[in-house]
Amino acid sequence: MNEPEIRAVVLATLQSIAPEVEADALRGDRPLRKQVDLDSMDWLNFLLGLNQRLKVEIPEVDYAKLVTLDDVVAYLQARAA
Amino acid sequence: MIEFKLPSLGADMDEGTLLEWKVKPGDAVKKGQVIAIVDTTKAAVDVECWQAGIVHELIAEIGQKMPVGTVMATLLEPGEKVGAGGTAPRRMISPAARKYAQEKSIDLDRITGSGPHGAVTLDDVEKAAPPPPAAEKLIDRTAEMRKTIAAAMARSKREIPHYYVAEDIPLAHALAWLQNANARRGMAERLLPAALLLKAVAVALKRYPELNGFWRDGAYLPVANIHLGVAISLRQGGLIAPALLDADAMPLTQLMQALTDLVQRTRAGSLKSSELGAATVTVTNLGDQGSQTVFGVITPPQVALVGFGRITERPWVEDGALKVLPVVTASLSADHRVSDGHRGALFLRELADLLQRPEGLDQ
Repeated sequence: MNEPEIRAVVLATLQSIAPEVEADALRGDRPLRKQVDLDSMDWLNFLLGLNQRLKVEIPEVDYAKLVTLDDVVAYLQARAA
Repeated sequence: MIEFKLPSLGADMDEGTLLEWKVKPGDAVKKGQVIAIVDTTKAAVDVECWQAGIVHELIAEIGQKMPVGTVMATLLEPGEKVGAGGTAPRRMISPAARKYAQEKSIDLDRITGSGPHGAVTLDDVEKAAPPPPAAEKLIDRTAEMRKTIAAAMARSKREIPHYYVAEDIPLAHALAWLQNANARRGMAERLLPAALLLKAVAVALKRYPELNGFWRDGAYLPVANIHLGVAISLRQGGLIAPALLDADAMPLTQLMQALTDLVQRTRAGSLKSSELGAATVTVTNLGDQGSQTVFGVITPPQVALVGFGRITERPWVEDGALKVLPVVTASLSADHRVSDGHRGALFLRELADLLQRPEGLDQ
């Protein structure tokens, strides 16, 4: 999958958890959880949703690397089939 | 004959509007089965029946607003028979169906009954009626929820003499244990710190019965079961605190699954009546996006609320040495009519001790 395809999956997963999110209003280079109100359960479900859609296992030790939307997309692109 | 009444849906929800019947006259009902959906100011609730029987008559009508305790339906007890009414066969029409037909000027003679022995049910008449406009039953839930929260919280501050105590709890060992446990789990089975905190509260409460129960009619009634009301914020604003039933008896994996399910169903608006009225104490956990400390307002008739702020790295002195550790501030808001600050402080110390032995909480 290319970068725009993965970004689209990430945004769709995000919107399934936070339907109020407007993709155009999100800044890819800013901390995602400062832009979208996601509690720890939402965050876990977001990562689980990405795991289910893209078949990428995300170890807990890597959570700290996933700060911005761009971080998430880059992380997944490096690992997605 | 069993009278099925609208059950309590929590202290702050004292009425509901019937949205849907899930059963019809003649249906066998099992204990715990969801038989109706009732709308409240906070959420649509699946209402369970706690007695087995056969549905005899559905009394409440769709769209009817009723206070808690209203008889919604009657059920025949297992083996019970309705008395014979006479020798001539008589067409059976439920009172609710007859009333609805009158209101909508529907001719009952042209309706085929689908109930037992051809009885005409409300459902039969409704199917024969033109559908009501969709907007008719819509509730401005956000505004209604605000009013409900306002009423409950104002009552709490008016009636309950709160006292507050707080304790900083180091979590280095607990979080390391959790990280180690999660490394062996698939993504869907991982535990959040919230599961550990909730379990620790439930276990600690077993030794402090004066914090787990209800203040009713001028007296305190302790409750043996520990049903944690978990404050869950809704995306559209407001919050609901449904109960995690018997939280002290659940291993962490089961508690985490129950918590995930409860949060998901709360946000999807699919709670059960037994989860709404059952909480014996409330826990509010601000999580990693919240403030460092929270002092909550007790939900009457409960007598205590435990709060957790955000886990942050803080300077910590241990054995004369300065370290940096992850720390959470736990607080207790409690009813001074039932307990004193000394016991409240001891409870928080117990909580802190339990969180230093996380492996012991996974039972």
